[in-house]
Amino acid sequence: MTSVDFQTLLPEILLSGYALAALMFGVYTTKDKMAVALVWATAGLFVALALYIGVRGTGERLVFNGLFVDDPFARFAKVTILLSAAAVLVMGQDYMSRRDLLRFEYPILVALSVVGMMVMVSAADLMTLYMGLELQSLALYVVASLRRDSAKSSEAGLKYFVLGALSSGLLLYGASLVYGYAGTTQFAGILSTVQDGVPLGLLFGLVFMLAGLAFKVSAAPFHMWTPDVYEGSPTPVTAFFATAPKVAAMALIARLVQDAFGGVPGQWGQVLAGLAVASMALGAVAAIGQKDIKRLMAYSSIAHMGYALIGVAVGTAYGIQATLIYMAIYVTMNIGTFAFILSLERNGRPVSDIASLNQFAKAEPLKALAMLVLLFSLAGVPPMLGFFGKFYVLKAAVDAGMTWLALVGAVASVIGAFYYLRLVYFMYFGAEQEPAESRMAPVQWVMLMAVAAIMVLGVINLFGIEGPAKIAADALVL
Amino acid sequence: MIGLEHYLTVAAALFVIGIFGIFLNRKNVIVILMSIELMLLAVNINLVAFSSFSEDLVGQVFTMFVLTVAAAEAAIGLAILVVFFRNRGSIEVEDVNVMKG
Repeated sequence: MTSVDFQTLLPEILLSGYALAALMFGVYTTKDKMAVALVWATAGLFVALALYIGVRGTGERLVFNGLFVDDPFARFAKVTILLSAAAVLVMGQDYMSRRDLLRFEYPILVALSVVGMMVMVSAADLMTLYMGLELQSLALYVVASLRRDSAKSSEAGLKYFVLGALSSGLLLYGASLVYGYAGTTQFAGILSTVQDGVPLGLLFGLVFMLAGLAFKVSAAPFHMWTPDVYEGSPTPVTAFFATAPKVAAMALIARLVQDAFGGVPGQWGQVLAGLAVASMALGAVAAIGQKDIKRLMAYSSIAHMGYALIGVAVGTAYGIQATLIYMAIYVTMNIGTFAFILSLERNGRPVSDIASLNQFAKAEPLKALAMLVLLFSLAGVPPMLGFFGKFYVLKAAVDAGMTWLALVGAVASVIGAFYYLRLVYFMYFGAEQEPAESRMAPVQWVMLMAVAAIMVLGVINLFGIEGPAKIAADALVL
Repeated sequence: MIGLEHYLTVAAALFVIGIFGIFLNRKNVIVILMSIELMLLAVNINLVAFSSFSEDLVGQVFTMFVLTVAAAEAAIGLAILVVFFRNRGSIEVEDVNVMKG
């Protein structure tokens, strides 16, 4: 029994062991000289673990006395998390090396936060949930303030820390109420308790936990940290924030509401639908006035989280499948977009104001074209892949009889298209001025072009992602 | 006789004081760190009270985890605060304003 336990947890154990060994190695030997090698080794390990998790058998295993679960849903989320984290790591390496930012701690902290995310999506108990979430968050607070000599970066770290700790507190208070009124911390136990009615205390606990998790996915009205943290953090770190942690937190919400409160969708469906509406509306409207691309991407991610929440809010297996597909497409788009943003510079200094895109298409037609495809995809213009993501979640809402939610989503996506198209306008028809340079390492170029190609070619069969997503969703929803 | 609801009331009061400490405090970031600690300790009272009254040890195990995490969180918070102080020369809440969110 114990060997099965450890076998199931093998990827997490390997990754934590690697992180500790790399830390010791870095401290006692070469310090930052090995940082580039460590980045590539960490990314390589991520990809290897993703492959291992992807091919490792089927079925569902509940191990460590019901603390930790390994099912198709967790595996789908873990593969997405690992691959996107690997892509973001290698993509930012050149940017960080050139600006003297690449410390050997960076890949190690990313690896530790990825361990946290893997534990989160596999949580089958409130304690596992909390420990995974904190391992992820604590590592992320540090990487946000990675640029130690910059006022902006340390301020971003401080704001992220204070609001992140507040959200952890809310989540934990909710967890304590759930424990008290359900009498157990295990999701399965909570599920059997709520079958015969939900006591008021349990409902309070659920709402507190959802509020805490909404902070982590930056759903409105708990989004206020997002624009500042995105703007202040070094751009590779921003790219990381926008991808893997969002998948993990969204998967955790789906896991919590389905595994622990699956019997009473009426109690949380409306809360999540409200969060989704607020996020979509705020993300669409507030991004219009932004002058900084990173801030704009922050509001864009708030809006995208709103769409992803629709799939969870409807509470059906089809909805969960739609959310998984949406998140996979969302991280892919963001990897490509941030590969582009990372490359923007003027006289060797990174720039991120929108005006620097003026007339970019004249200087770099190919990159501008790739970016155009990505922006259309982010906006949800057919026939790009982003459209299919939105189509899936809206269809899930209509199928579940929440047509009003789908209508709000459609209207918000039309409003939101404005600011993506405005970037395209700047690139192609902007004011005459010297455009920013785009200096790309080969990796970034490959990422940008590959993602743009995926956005176009994916329309054929979504690269077969539907099947695994369906298996994952069916495993989660009873 | 002190019952479960007394403990829950104390914990709820402490938790709310912690939240207000974060939002209403205009002075100093250290006070925010103290408020966060207060929130986590309020949760611990909740957990131990529930654990004791339902005669189930899991809540106290949970408390141990929360205490450990709270210590790590305080360490990281102070480290970030030191970095911030080196850059700005101040830890007043009003000075955390380079970016307007």
